[in-house]
Amino acid sequence: MVAIMSDDTPEKSIISRPMYGRLSAGNSTHHLFVADAEGAQAILDMQVPNASEFYSRAHIIYIPRDSGNRYLSSLQALNAKQFYTGPSIATALQRLQQTLSTAHMGLQLYLAGTEGLIGQAMQVAMNAGMDYAVIQTEHRGSRARRVQCVHCKGITEDVTTQPVTCSHCGLLLLVRDHYSRRIAAFQGVCINAEDPSYVPEKQEIFK
Amino acid sequence: MSAGTGKLDVLVTDIKPINTLVKRFQFERADGRPLPNFSGGAHVVVEMKDDDRMRLNPYSLMSSPLDTSHYAISVRRDDQGRGGSLFMHNQVAVGDRLVISYPVNLFALDLRASKHLMLAGGIGITPFMAQMAQLAANGSNFELHYSCRSRSLASYAQEISAHYDHRIHLYYDDEGQQIDISTLLSGQALGTQVYVCGPRGMIDAVCSQATAAGWPDQAIHFEEFITPPTGKPFKVRLARSDKTITVGEHQSLLEAIEAAGIDAPYLCRGGACGQCETDVLSCDGSMLHNDHWLTEDQHASEKKIMPCVSRFEGELLELDR
Ligand code: FES
Repeated sequence: MVAIMSDDTPEKSIISRPMYGRLSAGNSTHHLFVADAEGAQAILDMQVPNASEFYSRAHIIYIPRDSGNRYLSSLQALNAKQFYTGPSIATALQRLQQTLSTAHMGLQLYLAGTEGLIGQAMQVAMNAGMDYAVIQTEHRGSRARRVQCVHCKGITEDVTTQPVTCSHCGLLLLVRDHYSRRIAAFQGVCINAEDPSYVPEKQEIFK
Repeated sequence: MSAGTGKLDVLVTDIKPINTLVKRFQFERADGRPLPNFSGGAHVVVEMKDDDRMRLNPYSLMSSPLDTSHYAISVRRDDQGRGGSLFMHNQVAVGDRLVISYPVNLFALDLRASKHLMLAGGIGITPFMAQMAQLAANGSNFELHYSCRSRSLASYAQEISAHYDHRIHLYYDDEGQQIDISTLLSGQALGTQVYVCGPRGMIDAVCSQATAAGWPDQAIHFEEFITPPTGKPFKVRLARSDKTITVGEHQSLLEAIEAAGIDAPYLCRGGACGQCETDVLSCDGSMLHNDHWLTEDQHASEKKIMPCVSRFEGELLELDR
């Protein structure tokens, strides 16, 4: 069902799923980074010709999640004009929204880390009037999926198993390869609607 | 001629001098029906029959897109030019019939914008007149920065200031006033689109500064109709039509092709739209490229030419036309 994939390429077969690239330093006077967990490494790996000048005009929003403080000191050493770490994607998104509400044209946005973070941050950016062309993305770390239950519309975060139990309505969901950019989530459909006694074993496949 | 867009028969119903250089012409449809709809930024190509010569010049529509009972254009007199503007100024009278093309928009507004930032230089004000009327009717957010040589040559400056008030910012060269492009660009909220129409230097400055400041190409819009430059006459072989023509000093290559009775595609006649792109089969001499459609590499390759504005110097140019 899920193709074997190399560590950094999301499943190519999923047409609706966004393509991710590699972060590269853009041409601008303002740079904003939003990253979670291993996404930090995407920032650290980025080639920046005039780093001290570049980061003096940069703002980094970082959510360590289960990477703990593994990347914190390296990120801090970049000496960004502003560096913020937050406890959750939700707080980071709030901060992103605030930042964008007073931001100016020319701002370059860099999103790195899990698909859930990238997708949701992308939505916030588009709603703030940003153009795709100034948003770069790089997928790093977990392949956990953000899943929306088509029955109750509830979102279950960080799904690694197939099937998965909806954290809202409790139905057992088949995680489909159908990705919605609008809600930044994969679709989950009840796997045993006809016969609730059929309970297939959960397998850990989105790692 | 089927090469451009459809044609409209119009009557000249009003001619008004705006200042010593600019005249405004108003057209109504000869059959009395409303004119086709258009959106702000569109232009029409006006056909000018001057003795046995045919000129086709593009002009931006400046009248409101909300009122299709008439179209209006403004023509700036160019005493050194190829004569199109002089023809309009000196030969066209109220009551005359003219043929114009259907409107084509190569400078359209991006209506998703949260704000439209407009920069006009001189006669480059005309497409913005139509765009502002459209935006004001929608309640959209816009701001115009308009740079003119002097108060007396500032076409429509008083009119738009009275109408749009604080959205209009005027700059007069002879009073030492200049648009501070970089400051202007640096303070624009996300979702702003920038539009520029005016002299080449102004367009280049806005485009390059916006790009350097990180604006995406999609948010930068410009329009410049290059008037076809004059130059030495040259010979062209039209391979497909099996004809050899000579392009006159004051004629464009496109006009010479048309004068030979050959339908050639065009939309803007100003080097901007790409419609007239033509393959070069052989080139014994050098091409004088004046468009801003082809890339520098394409210019250097000598495989393509834009006949609406570009010329040739040398023995023979052979085109796939
Ligand atoms: S007609 Fe538009 S580029 Fe030649």
